[in-house]
Amino acid sequence: MSEALVVDGLHKSFGRLEVLRGVDLAVAEHEVVCLIGASGSGKSTLLRCVNLLEPIDQGRILVEGEEITRRGVNVNRVRRRIGIVFQAYNLFPHMSVLANVTLAPMLALRMPRAQAEAEATALLSRFGLADKRNDYPDRLSGGQQQRVAIVRALAMKPDLMLLDEVTSALDPELVAEVLEVIRELAAAGMTMLIATHEMSFARDIADRVCFLDEGVILEQGPPVQILSEPKEPRTQQFLQRIIEAGRL
Amino acid sequence: MTSAGEGRRGVTVALLSTVVFFTLLAVAITHAPGWPEVKRTFFNWSQFRDSMPEISRAFLLNVKIFMIAEAFILVLALVLAVVRSLPGPVFFPMRALGIAYADFFRGVPTILVIALLGFGAPALQLSWVPLSTTFWGIVALILVYTAYVSEVYRAGIESVHPSQDAAARSLGLTHWQSLRKVVLPQAVRRVIPPLLNDFIGLQKDTALVGFLGSVEAFKQSQIDAAATFNYTPFVAAAVLFVALTIPLARFTDWLVLRDRRRRQATGT
Repeated sequence: MSEALVVDGLHKSFGRLEVLRGVDLAVAEHEVVCLIGASGSGKSTLLRCVNLLEPIDQGRILVEGEEITRRGVNVNRVRRRIGIVFQAYNLFPHMSVLANVTLAPMLALRMPRAQAEAEATALLSRFGLADKRNDYPDRLSGGQQQRVAIVRALAMKPDLMLLDEVTSALDPELVAEVLEVIRELAAAGMTMLIATHEMSFARDIADRVCFLDEGVILEQGPPVQILSEPKEPRTQQFLQRIIEAGRL
Repeated sequence: MTSAGEGRRGVTVALLSTVVFFTLLAVAITHAPGWPEVKRTFFNWSQFRDSMPEISRAFLLNVKIFMIAEAFILVLALVLAVVRSLPGPVFFPMRALGIAYADFFRGVPTILVIALLGFGAPALQLSWVPLSTTFWGIVALILVYTAYVSEVYRAGIESVHPSQDAAARSLGLTHWQSLRKVVLPQAVRRVIPPLLNDFIGLQKDTALVGFLGSVEAFKQSQIDAAATFNYTPFVAAAVLFVALTIPLARFTDWLVLRDRRRRQATGT
């Protein structure tokens, strides 16, 4: 299997706060990798670095073998290949659902409007959102908004999807519909790197789980092993706290 | 009591208290010792009628000055605001220039800018420099109001959460595309009320161009007042200004409301 994503010795600081201290990670094509770890362990920062939303301090990131962190790389071209979905949806509130989804294909890929709208409508239908295409985001529930955000990223036909705690801002009863979408993407073979607090979901969907602690990947392996028989004491502590909070 | 009944009762109370308030005010004013004199010099109906046609014609110049200036201000101020929002050290000189411009033209009184340009520029006696006082009055208003309005735009741009730009950039849009399609449309919608505030200010400040000798409504009423020793023409000019600004205010309220309704509406 070829590597869709390679992160090599990644360091990132915000001022004097060192958030990532040498992250090494490889994600194979069609693989689903879940990042778990406490708040502040660097999950979101890692995803934002992969999408070049944050400049990195040290290390390399390769997508499909191409180094995207090298000087002079066209960041816009790179980002078109990598979809990211945020915790807070970040839909464009002044545009209808359809306009949200078609904006990037039309501007960044120069796709004709008719084609962009046809593809967007097909994607929206696939995720049960066809009847919402002319609504504005304010009118949608959190779950619907997050599904639109996923569709918006998918409309760019990315090679890789990054999901940054996409269910954390949702009411509990809306989490399932979003996880269902991600499950379907996984089944369709989408390569994904997912930061999540949903341990049972990670166990279900992930090919591999990585435990991020203080800016490094402390432990990784198949979900059953990491979530049930972690070797590292820090992983055991983290999971113990999750179990006590009733989240596993 | 039903809520409709309560609403009707509220309207009645409001109406009643308004009538009482203004009756008291009118009584207080008309019983002032100097009222007969004030009435004669400021509220002379035949004077009002006689001066109105001329002042109305002169007021068309105010409207013209306003429309021309506003068209330039809306565009130039946006350019200035965008320049000031450019990221990165490369654009530092442009940002600095933008700040210096805004600081300068917000700091100097409008009447001074008008005087300096209106008397100074034609005095250069360059063949390609227009001599029209109205032209230089308009230029001065554009320079001053562009500085103010760019601050309004800038506040709007900064009020759009950075996550909106991040979302646009993450989809592969360029900085410019994100600005144009995502950030600015939201920024401009948010600042429509304060923008209107500046429009009204501009509309009133068109009267300052009269200082250069252009016969606009204020200058015309000055001429009329000087000829008749009666100040009623000023009141006539004031009525014209108010008649123009109030509809503009209601129009903006309507724009804001329409945008909110549309966002909350279900598509069909």
